[in-house]
Amino acid sequence: MKIGTPKETFDGENRVAMTPDSARQLQKLGYDCLIEKGAGAAAGFSDAAYKEAGVEIVKTAASLWKAADIIAKVRQPNETELKRLTKGKTLISFFNPAGNEEGMELAKSKGANVIAMEMVPRISRAQKMDALSSMANIAGYRAVIEAGNNFGRFFTGQVTAAGKVPPAKVLIVGAGVAGLAAIGTSTSLGAITYAFDVRPEVAEQVESMGAEFVYLDFEEDQQDGAATGGYASVQSDEFREAQLAKFRELAPEMDIVITTALIPNREAPELWTKDMVEAMKPGSVIVDLAAEKGGNCKLTVADEKIVTPNGVTIIGYTDFPSRMAAQSSSLFATNIRHMMADLTPEKDGQINHDMEDDVIRGATVTYEGEITFPPPPPKVQAIAAQKKPEVKELTPEEKKAQEVAAFKAQTKQQFTLLGVGGALMLLVGLVAPASFMQHFIVFVLAIFVGFQVIWNVSHSLHTPLMAITNAISSIIIVGALMQIGSGSFLVILLAALSVFMAGINIFGGFLVTRRMLAMFQKS
Amino acid sequence: MEFGFTTAAYVVAAVLFILALGGLSNQESAKRAVWYGIVGMALAVFATLVGPGSGLWLLSILLIIGGGLIGQYVAQRVQMTEMPQLVAAMHSLVGLAAVFVGFNAHFEIGNVAQVMAIADSASQADLSDLGAFAKLIAKKTAAELAILHVELFLGIFIGAITFTGSVVAYGKLAGKVTSAATKLPGGHALNAGAAALSLICLIWYTSSGGLFPLILMTLAALFIGYHLIMGIGGADMPVVVSMLNSYSGWAAAAIGFSLGNDLLIVVGALVGSSGAILSYIMCKAMNRHFVSVILGGFGGPQGEQMAVEGEQIAIDADGVAAALNDADSIIIIPGYGMAVAQAQQSVSELVRKLRAKGKEVRFAIHPVAGRLPGHMNVLLAEAKVPYDIVLEMDEINEDFPDTDVAIVIGSNDIVNPAAQEDPNSPIAGMPVLECWKAKQVFVSKRGQGTGYSGIENPLFFKENTRMFYGDAKASLDKLLPMID
Repeated sequence: MKIGTPKETFDGENRVAMTPDSARQLQKLGYDCLIEKGAGAAAGFSDAAYKEAGVEIVKTAASLWKAADIIAKVRQPNETELKRLTKGKTLISFFNPAGNEEGMELAKSKGANVIAMEMVPRISRAQKMDALSSMANIAGYRAVIEAGNNFGRFFTGQVTAAGKVPPAKVLIVGAGVAGLAAIGTSTSLGAITYAFDVRPEVAEQVESMGAEFVYLDFEEDQQDGAATGGYASVQSDEFREAQLAKFRELAPEMDIVITTALIPNREAPELWTKDMVEAMKPGSVIVDLAAEKGGNCKLTVADEKIVTPNGVTIIGYTDFPSRMAAQSSSLFATNIRHMMADLTPEKDGQINHDMEDDVIRGATVTYEGEITFPPPPPKVQAIAAQKKPEVKELTPEEKKAQEVAAFKAQTKQQFTLLGVGGALMLLVGLVAPASFMQHFIVFVLAIFVGFQVIWNVSHSLHTPLMAITNAISSIIIVGALMQIGSGSFLVILLAALSVFMAGINIFGGFLVTRRMLAMFQKS
Repeated sequence: MEFGFTTAAYVVAAVLFILALGGLSNQESAKRAVWYGIVGMALAVFATLVGPGSGLWLLSILLIIGGGLIGQYVAQRVQMTEMPQLVAAMHSLVGLAAVFVGFNAHFEIGNVAQVMAIADSASQADLSDLGAFAKLIAKKTAAELAILHVELFLGIFIGAITFTGSVVAYGKLAGKVTSAATKLPGGHALNAGAAALSLICLIWYTSSGGLFPLILMTLAALFIGYHLIMGIGGADMPVVVSMLNSYSGWAAAAIGFSLGNDLLIVVGALVGSSGAILSYIMCKAMNRHFVSVILGGFGGPQGEQMAVEGEQIAIDADGVAAALNDADSIIIIPGYGMAVAQAQQSVSELVRKLRAKGKEVRFAIHPVAGRLPGHMNVLLAEAKVPYDIVLEMDEINEDFPDTDVAIVIGSNDIVNPAAQEDPNSPIAGMPVLECWKAKQVFVSKRGQGTGYSGIENPLFFKENTRMFYGDAKASLDKLLPMID
């Protein structure tokens, strides 16, 4: 089968869904690769490089759509492109299925199979095809670079002969993939970095990247990331208030704020209000990665950079990955290549569209003339469930009360045992003759001593314990010796046999115990 | 005069025995403790020979020496992996001796009665040609004689069960009898029947005093011992052996009662309670009731068991060696498989090499690992593994999350996470070593089979688990040259 990649039609889109490297890998899977003339030029891949990798260059988009069985592209396809689909063709790209009803209908009516790259479920196995993450990673990096470009000072603090330079303070709101990438970039540039996220379980990740996690003084909320597939969800009003109060407190100190908060299929929440912008120092920079969905700051203008009256720059670009087209193309192409590898388990160049597979099922939005969006929830949970609440620390009083209760219970148990035991003894004593009672007392005491002593025996010495008790239990020899002097032959014979066997046991038992104990050595 | 000496010697011997058992609380004092035991035994035998046991003492000494030589030979030759068999075999001897002594007591009662019947009263009867024990019997009243009957009956009963039970346990441990749980048709009803028969014999015997009910009961008890232990599977052997140990003690105590010998009673009670405690500890470690262990086999699962998902991923020696070379902390979990493969020397060598490189290596021992309480400790000690790095489950279980590599060698059920995760598992609630919390787990195992309990082990399917298939000793020997 043939995989083709057309030139992106969206204005200003520089990325391309196939690179010479990914084409080589796709050919190993058994596919022939096609590319539209000049598709990779904006991302820095020349037609010559593709040719060298064995890719066939196709002159026009129309002939490429016609020739290819599988079309891989980056941006959501426009109407013209969708109309070029035919039955049996497979399209792999970003598709925005939740907001692209007409597109899905069109693809359905054409009978094409569409795999939407943003629908790849967030499970470990699918990470290699998670294009959202790889694009978010680039956006996070680029956001810091753009901020630096518009920020008039160093990131890192310096003490120079010409004076002291304070380090820049960077706040990153939302520690998803983009947020974490931004944290990494910002800390490695030397800025003091703070990060906030509504999911407290990411605090560890934030701290591992070298940033400081901003905690709220807020008790109630313990959102479980596992329940929402690793994405943030809508917050309660109280929580929002606590969060905004914290931001208000931080705003005057921050030089750069990067907001990355997005909730799937919703408008971006407003986190950085007008008064916070006004509280910031002149020259500060805000980068709003949520600009496409309305922005975390309401002053943001999508695709534009503006400067507020008090001198704060607000960057609302929505094309960060495209601004680093070489990097993002190679990552996206790799994601596509992994998707293809999962679609061709046999490596024979034939698509096996397995709707039982969690990942493929999840990403498919139309299949054989049916709309298959939204997918059922994946069988595997993405993120480890939150830890169960810790056992509550007991107060000293409670502990004491518990100890007293335990002591009382123990005392009660002992008294009961003693009472029952005593009564039984009394009963035995009533019927049994005195000579028996003498022995019986010895017997009970010996059991008692035995219990006291044996509990202290170390676990590792249980085998020697068995061997030595075995040797000791051949004390039965004493009984046999007492009988061996009898007049009856039968008695002598049996007694003699007993003495003999007990003799084996005594020597064998003690010697083997000694041998074992000698082996236990300290290091 | 002589009897006064004997009693004094008995008291000293009893104290020495208690000290001997108490000394086993740690490894250093244990080395002294065994001498207390030896001296105590020597004293007891000597005091009996010069005291109440006088008569045929030359024969006695010859027999003791003869038996002693055999005992010594066996003790020196035995392999540490064969320790469970040896202990079981020795229990059988004590059991059989108890049966003989019990029968002797019965015969003596008969002899004394004869002599007394000839002479009119006990005080004038010529008892000089009878043994010391007979003299004791002659002084007894009728009520005391009845009690004596019960005591020796019990002694024989317990002794007989111990004897056949130990023989079967020996056979199973030595691999001469199939270690699977096998029962005759009728199962526990047969045991119950035999026990009821014994009870009838007891009543019959106390009223008649004849030999026949005694022999009948002995046969029934021999059968119970055989059939009971046949119905218990291999991995429950730690409980069985300690239970038989306990029985041999109770048999000695019962005989002590019938002979009126306090030393026998004291020692029997000590041994009996020791075995009972060991059985209790073992049962607790398996989270099972003593009765259910003794009645054999695992109860069926109470509901649908969790299906195990994933696959077992194999790894070769190179991979294990690389992981070990990178690891800082390592915990090794040995099981019966290590004993079967005789791999303890290789394990010890591996530990020595890893420790020489400054890595922290420790052993985690589950209470029921192996076929005898403390079996693993003895094997590791034999291979010269220092005992201070060999830790119990409770001491080490919390350390797994901070451990780089856990190596499971020949254990299965004791590292089964289903015990904690699956409430329907037959071993649910059994305390297990939480080795899956380590960063990486290697399992050395012969094949893909399940453990003794026959349950699938989800550990083998975990993402951080790698299966190192093959005979434990061969695998480790392959691994050794790669550790550098």
